[in-house]
Amino acid sequence: MDKLITVSPSPHYYGDTTVKKLMYGVVFALLPAFFVSVYFFGIGALIVTAISILSCLAFEYLIQKYLMKAEPSISDGSALVTGLLLAFNLPTNLPWWIIIIGALVAIGVGKMTFGGLGNNPFNPALVGRVFLFISFPVQMTSWPTPIASRLQYTDAVTGPTPLGIMEEGLSQQETAAQLMEQIPGYMELFLGSIRGSMGEISAIALIVGGIYMLIRKIITWHIPVSIILSVLAFTGILWLMNPYDNADPLFHLLSGGLMLGAIYMATDYVTSPMTIKGMWIFGIGIGVITVAIRVFGAYPEGVSFAILIMNAFVPLINKYVKPKGFGEEVRNG
Amino acid sequence: MIKTFPKGGIHPPEDKFSAGSPIQELPLPKSVIIPVCQHLGSPSEPLVKKGDRVKTGQIIAKSSGFVSTNIHSSVTGKVEKVDKFTDSTGYRRLAVSINVEKDQWEDNIDTSNTLKKQINSKAEEIIKKILDAGIVGMGGATFPSHIKLSVPKGKKVEVLIINGVECEPCLTSDHRLMLEKGEEMMVGVRLMMTALGVNRAVIGIENNKPDAISNLKTIAKDYKTIEVQVLKVKYPQGAEKQLIKSITRREVPSGKLPIEVGAVVHNVETAYAVYEAVQKNKPLIERVVTVTGKNIAKPSNFMVRTGTPVAYLIEAAGGLPEDTGKIINGGPMMGKALNSLDVPVTKGTSGILVVPQSESLRRPALNCIRCAKCVSICPMGLEPYLLRAASEHKKWDIVEEERSMDCMECGSCSYVCPSAIPLLDYIRLGKSTVSKIIRSRKQ
Repeated sequence: MDKLITVSPSPHYYGDTTVKKLMYGVVFALLPAFFVSVYFFGIGALIVTAISILSCLAFEYLIQKYLMKAEPSISDGSALVTGLLLAFNLPTNLPWWIIIIGALVAIGVGKMTFGGLGNNPFNPALVGRVFLFISFPVQMTSWPTPIASRLQYTDAVTGPTPLGIMEEGLSQQETAAQLMEQIPGYMELFLGSIRGSMGEISAIALIVGGIYMLIRKIITWHIPVSIILSVLAFTGILWLMNPYDNADPLFHLLSGGLMLGAIYMATDYVTSPMTIKGMWIFGIGIGVITVAIRVFGAYPEGVSFAILIMNAFVPLINKYVKPKGFGEEVRNG
Repeated sequence: MIKTFPKGGIHPPEDKFSAGSPIQELPLPKSVIIPVCQHLGSPSEPLVKKGDRVKTGQIIAKSSGFVSTNIHSSVTGKVEKVDKFTDSTGYRRLAVSINVEKDQWEDNIDTSNTLKKQINSKAEEIIKKILDAGIVGMGGATFPSHIKLSVPKGKKVEVLIINGVECEPCLTSDHRLMLEKGEEMMVGVRLMMTALGVNRAVIGIENNKPDAISNLKTIAKDYKTIEVQVLKVKYPQGAEKQLIKSITRREVPSGKLPIEVGAVVHNVETAYAVYEAVQKNKPLIERVVTVTGKNIAKPSNFMVRTGTPVAYLIEAAGGLPEDTGKIINGGPMMGKALNSLDVPVTKGTSGILVVPQSESLRRPALNCIRCAKCVSICPMGLEPYLLRAASEHKKWDIVEEERSMDCMECGSCSYVCPSAIPLLDYIRLGKSTVSKIIRSRKQ
């Protein structure tokens, strides 16, 4: 034979799933929630998203090219996902320069200092968000009112989130039932007509995207379901024990960043466990810590902290929680 | 009820292009190269020398130890030389090359097509004939069959499982055999049952071969002890341990043989070879080989004499396509890429797959993003990402502790990896180093 043929070890077939496809799949899944945010927050949502994405891409490109002296890989979509998720975690009236700082911390500190995609122990978008939350507490807790502030950016009309009203009211000795009167109804919580971070408001839009990711096999159900179940169980117990001082489980489920965190942030491949058992431990941990912070802590919301805390346990979980090997522990009969 | 194995597995494209092509007898080539080692175990000892005349079916190399078997001439002609030739492994190894003159079979071989259903042989006679005929596992493992049919003392076989799964994409040789030689194969199954002294056999077939399933079900109606089990399509169901799990729900313990759970597994084509050997006195000198590929003009299933060069098969299937990039001995998941078209078909060659240039190269590997897909699909419950990392960093103790030796190299991990990391390459490296360490520890 007069031409060269390739000789390589098996397998010779490869699946068509690539990192790029997975990342753009996540972006696609986030679109419904993005459109809901644009509907409710208008111009602010567009500006925050654009600045967040562009600065994340820019920082990733610059750091790879000039600091790491490597071939920039921004086309893999991971920086796009980080940018989009960071935007989802910010109020839509946040000044542009704070967003850029958030992007620098997310990509620079959260991701690139560890060696880039695949090596970071903490979810980069959450690293950025929590950094901003601690550094700029005033700007990070000023929440535009949906629809009313559609044509405004930093000058938006603001007010507290449902979780904020609950936390504040309960500390003023009001009952949960009274507070629920001041809070938008479950339907508003479900659809997203509430104050909050840009992308966290609409439970239904986030769930639709989550179902898309499940069908495309981008994520598995274990982490979202374990988080949601443990939040329901924990808040359910508290509510049954004392319904006056505790909000009901459905309120906890639909408010704050729980859906966004459970479906999109905790499921980040790099920072979540490798085994099904590990995913359950991880998810239950996030659920329990979230509720502990919300109910007993000083902050009204705790999903970001809970995920970051459990991110820190992932190496430990991966080391000690192993899949059951075939033929390892034999049950016959 | 349709069964399958619960842990892991993937579903690659089936690409069974040649499923509709009946088995064709391939004309004899001008010369054949018959390796003296076509099986797992020690090479057989050549009994012929340059210039000898041999008949079709004549023994030309004899079994050289416990794990070894006989080799027969597949043609009639003159031995050109006994020398080293490149075989499908890529190594140069001892083989007998014969110039084909005609096709005169040994006198005691029944070459007719009459079906002989009546079984007259006892267990020992059957096993002896299987060794004499040089039969090996024809699914690809090529382990000498007479050993697998001799039950060790203290062990009991409860079920004989016949592997008609053919879970490898592209391959259709077992499928066509079950369709066209079902009666003969079923006699082979009964012979194996007699040899093992077992009164239950299950033939496992995936439900992408409905014609083969209905054919065997019809034949099996006559036998109360043989059943056909339909299996869900899932790779690697044809792996011995996975097939036993699918059919019996039993798990072969790590590092142990199927006999531990009372099972013995043989391939459908081995069953056919057993029929030919015991009922017809015919040694294993031919087999069904699928020749296929996306750009092959006539994807075919040929009945091929061992020793026939691969190039000859490809010519018969319409010739080598212009854009060929890779030629594989076997299927796309576990087959081995050939480095030459002159290598011969052996007892373990189930197919020749011609891959176009555009699909021959791997994508460049990226960072592991810890998506856990490799962990979730590993049918052995291993963590390929971890084995890869440990292998890469030469942490051989971790490679061993993490049960790398359980890996059967099905390739599912490399298949699913979105970062295109050659996980299996690293695991193979780990396995070979660990097995060296284990051997040195025993000394």
